[in-house]
Amino acid sequence: MERIPILRMGDLLLVTIQVDMHDRLAMTLQDDLTERIVRDNAKGVLIDISALDLVDSFIGRMISNTAAMARVLDAQTVVVGMQPAVAITLVELGLTLHGVKTALNVEKGMALLGKNHF
Amino acid sequence: MSAALNNAVAFDTALLELHARLRTGRITLPLRSDEDVVALRRHVRERAVAIALSLVDQTKLVTAASELARNTIKYGGGGEAHLDALEDGFKRGVGLIFVDNGPGITDLDMALRDGYTTGGGLGLGLGGSKRLVDEFDIDSRPGEGTAVSVVKWKR
Repeated sequence: MERIPILRMGDLLLVTIQVDMHDRLAMTLQDDLTERIVRDNAKGVLIDISALDLVDSFIGRMISNTAAMARVLDAQTVVVGMQPAVAITLVELGLTLHGVKTALNVEKGMALLGKNHF
Repeated sequence: MSAALNNAVAFDTALLELHARLRTGRITLPLRSDEDVVALRRHVRERAVAIALSLVDQTKLVTAASELARNTIKYGGGGEAHLDALEDGFKRGVGLIFVDNGPGITDLDMALRDGYTTGGGLGLGLGGSKRLVDEFDIDSRPGEGTAVSVVKWKR
C-alpha cells in the first residue's frame, strides 16, 4: 500500500509530502502519524508541505485533525513551507487551519518546536 | 457511459449554455475513485497552464475542481467531469462541468452555505468553490442528479 514516509529525528517526527495526495493517502498519513507519536514517544511533528501545490478542504482537515490528535498525545505540530498561492486559496475557501502552528520553512519550524521542549 | 450520463437528465442552466456556445475543446474524465480526483486535478492544472492563468488562479481553479469532484463522488455516487477550453472573442477560460445521476440536492441555498454538510465534511465544498471561480451554476434535480458548472477566465 502507498504510504508517505515518516522520519524520526530525536523526539521529532518529520514528514515531507511530495506527492499529490488522494483522500485515502491523507487518511493513512493521519493514522500513521498518530501511531508513531505514541510508539516513538515523539514531542513534535513537523509537516513540510512546500511541494504541495494544492491544499483543499480534505487535506486541510487532515492537517487540522493531525495537529489536534498530536496535541492530546502531548506533541506539538508545525506545518511548514506553504506556498503563497496555496495560502491565498485556502483562506478564500474558508479554511484557516485553526489551532495549527505554521512556519515559513523547515529551519523556522524546527526552532518553533525546539523552543517548546528542549 | 459518458453518453448515458449526459442523456439521462437534460440539465439546463445559462452557464451550461455558455459552455456549449464558447467551447473549443473538451476532455471528459470519469469520477469514481480517489485516484480519479487526482487525475482530474492534473488535467485541470494542465488546461490552466495552457491558457497562462496566474499561479494563484491556477491554484484556485484546481482546488475548486478537487472540492466539486469529491462532491460528485461522495454525494452523487460518482459521475464525470467535462473540461472545456472556452473562447469568447479574445477572452479565454477554463470551464468545468461536474455531472452525476445521484439523489440531487433538495435545498440549494442551504447546500451553498458555509458549514452546512450532510456528509460529515467541513461543509466548505460548494460555497468555498463558488468563491474560487468567476462563474458558478448548479442545476440539481432531486432524484435525478446534479450538474455543477464553473468557469475561470484568464485575466
